[in-house]
Amino acid sequence: MAQKTYAGQAVEVNDEGYMVDPSKWTKEIATELAKEEGIDLTDKHFEVLEFLRAANEKGETLTIRRVGKSGIVDIKGLYQLFPGGPLKFSSKFAGIPKPASCI
Amino acid sequence: MSTTNESPLKKVCIICAKGTIEDVYATLVMANGAVMEGIEAKVFFTFFGLDAITKKQMKRIKTATVGNPAMRAPGGLPFPTILGMIPGVEAGVSAMMKSQMYKLDMPPVGEFLEMITAGGGEIYACKLAMDMFKLEKEDLHEEVKGVLTIGDFYGKCGGDNTQIIFT
Repeated sequence: MAQKTYAGQAVEVNDEGYMVDPSKWTKEIATELAKEEGIDLTDKHFEVLEFLRAANEKGETLTIRRVGKSGIVDIKGLYQLFPGGPLKFSSKFAGIPKPASCI
Repeated sequence: MSTTNESPLKKVCIICAKGTIEDVYATLVMANGAVMEGIEAKVFFTFFGLDAITKKQMKRIKTATVGNPAMRAPGGLPFPTILGMIPGVEAGVSAMMKSQMYKLDMPPVGEFLEMITAGGGEIYACKLAMDMFKLEKEDLHEEVKGVLTIGDFYGKCGGDNTQIIFT
């Protein structure tokens, strides 16, 4: 557990850099989290992040397949938005826990 | 995050030589799991594993109900091998396995292959086994990138931090 400063705000993150409290999330924090991985967030990225946040709130199991069926982006597009980690990076920027998912 | 100085895995080359549900899905889950983590994945299907990428067979893969000591009935009750020999049991058990997997969002084989290639993974078929089973490239799913000899496949398995996995 560590405290980091994103967008001028103190944010509690775990060892892997995931936010501990999703309710503290803001778009500005997401932008800075993404910058750490070298990704510039666009509106399309935010649509995915909002989808993940809503699904997480409902307690759904998150998989790339689910995102692919969300109507926002297909799986190939998801890889293009979040290269090298379609689920691990998108969930990180969405301020939700890392999904315990193999799919 | 690991605190040791291990350098991360960069590439997995997975060889699948069997055509049962569990062997095929183990292969697909490992390959998909790799690309999801940003690890390069190359998959080589050979012998009965070819069923997983053959259009005609890929929807029909089954789990063995004979000679499978880990096989149990729901609730953990014993499942004597002799039951597995009854016609229809293998199909029933296989359908049950698949329905359980779909509940966990595991896609059918064809869609799984598409997920892997969407992430940059590559799927290959073994030339020798293709010849043996009299299969042509047209018999294979569209996501199969090519038909290779094992030597050609090894040629794609180079580089630091690469692992070859045989399922």
